[in-house]
Amino acid sequence: MDKMIKKQLEQTAAKVRLGIIEGVYNAKSGHPGGSLSIADTLTYLYFARMNVDPKNPQMPERDRLVLSKGHTAPALYSVLANRGFFPVEELKTLRHIDSRLQGHPVRNKIPGVDMSTGSLGQGISAACGMALSGKLSNDYYRVYAILGDGEIEEGQVWEAAMFAAHYQLDNLCIVVDNNGLQIDGKISDVMSPYPIDEKFKAFGWNVVCIDGHDFDEIEKAFDNAERKLNCPTAIIQKSVKGKGVSFMEDQVSWHGTAPNEEQYNQAKAELEKQLAELS
Amino acid sequence: MDKKATRESYGEALVMLAEKRKDLVVLDADLAAATKTGTFKKAYPDRFFDCGIAEANMMGVAAGIATTGKLVFASTFAMFAAGRAFEIVRNSIGYPHLNVKIGATHAGISVGEDGASHQCNEDIALMRAIPGMTVINPADDIEAKAAVLAMADYEGPTYMRFGRLAAPIFNDPATYKFELGKGIRLKEGDDVTIIATGLMVAQALAAASELRDMGINADVINIHTIKPIDKDIIIESAKRTGCVVTVEEHSVIGGLGSAVCDVLSENCPTRVTKIGVQDVFGHSGPAPKLLEEFGLCAENIVSVVKKVVGK
Repeated sequence: MDKMIKKQLEQTAAKVRLGIIEGVYNAKSGHPGGSLSIADTLTYLYFARMNVDPKNPQMPERDRLVLSKGHTAPALYSVLANRGFFPVEELKTLRHIDSRLQGHPVRNKIPGVDMSTGSLGQGISAACGMALSGKLSNDYYRVYAILGDGEIEEGQVWEAAMFAAHYQLDNLCIVVDNNGLQIDGKISDVMSPYPIDEKFKAFGWNVVCIDGHDFDEIEKAFDNAERKLNCPTAIIQKSVKGKGVSFMEDQVSWHGTAPNEEQYNQAKAELEKQLAELS
Repeated sequence: MDKKATRESYGEALVMLAEKRKDLVVLDADLAAATKTGTFKKAYPDRFFDCGIAEANMMGVAAGIATTGKLVFASTFAMFAAGRAFEIVRNSIGYPHLNVKIGATHAGISVGEDGASHQCNEDIALMRAIPGMTVINPADDIEAKAAVLAMADYEGPTYMRFGRLAAPIFNDPATYKFELGKGIRLKEGDDVTIIATGLMVAQALAAASELRDMGINADVINIHTIKPIDKDIIIESAKRTGCVVTVEEHSVIGGLGSAVCDVLSENCPTRVTKIGVQDVFGHSGPAPKLLEEFGLCAENIVSVVKKVVGK
């Protein structure tokens, strides 16, 4: 990846993280941990990969993204706002009673949101439907779905995994955000889904394992997915829950907790410092 | 009277529809031979997708297809469509208000020999509780086909209930017209209102004929659209007769009877007697015998109505 582009993406990702913190702090609830772990990949997709137009969010030929781990809506909202789908200022209204930024994504309310999600395990099926529909009418858009590593404990995910391989949905690419933590603790302690890569391989998928915070690896993985024919791709990304905010990193307690004022100020200061260093 | 199972009508209607709707896609979950989407599969194999025994995923796939603007029908038994996949139907289809048509067959006790695990008497209750979900329960071949064709032109999530057992064809194809949300008065009378749906409409008609011979004139109303329900026809009839009997091949909890009670208790408090499955599970046996046992037959309707009108 070009160094300038990489630096720009890192800057954008820092802004996206600031938006996540801003939203969750003002909502006094929400899920910062998993939002921060997926921030780099979502930034890459919306700023460097996907064919989307903020001025025409319903463009029929657009690439689609389903945030199957819907509780990390703050990350999707922040990426969409920074990409120009709606004002960044609106992120402060997250979860407010008069806001369109619902606790989990809603497709008919928020520009750029392709599918309502929140109940885990369902988004990947919708993504399969979008991909199948594209194949059926020879529309060449690509479909992305973002899943949590805890989410893949849901049986529906594996129904969908079978379906996508059976119908050779090579226009579908999912990302499993392997930050290793779910609400009740480490995924390996609660209900281990490991080995994640071998499971998807056994289901007939092309599997790529990467560091989810390295834009070079992220880009290579999506290049690989796009080249692969006749089967869907699963990108298994190792990530750090709470990435970018020192006291949130790898702490399960930040799965679904909002920062207080002092923590908010610290998080903001850290992210602004990162942004300044990148400028 | 000729007979045909409404699941057969469903499969045939999908083929009729495919000719004018090039964007039609049909999904099934390994039951195409039974739900009769197999009829469509045979005629249009390129637009049929088997999802295997995975109803939850099928409903999600249907939702995803609907986001791209195509017309999609997803089919399986009522038990799995409304029961097993309930939460996917609610969150992936209902909440985003996607244009998915759920074709649910083998509803009710008339599934017969398969027994209680497959006799879904709760689907209407489950589906009508989802905001924005339209619920259709056609009574015969003519109505079932007309409903499928009409609902293809309607934009929004729809649950359509079809039966396994061959049902008498009483509607006249020359004059029948399906209007979403409109009840149909099949017989006029002032002594009692009988409101029926699906397989029970023909039984209600047979009961009304017997009742007439006994000097009881029943107003017989066919409610094919359980949601949104035709309030006007129910209120008007109840005001005139003063007593209502509902008949459905479904639990008396949450189905047609409950929907009628919701309308009348708010608008025109009237005594309502519900004929349906009385909060019990079914069991194996031939469908006609089961229907008799559970009181879902003309004979029982006659006896209930006689009690209700005090004769």
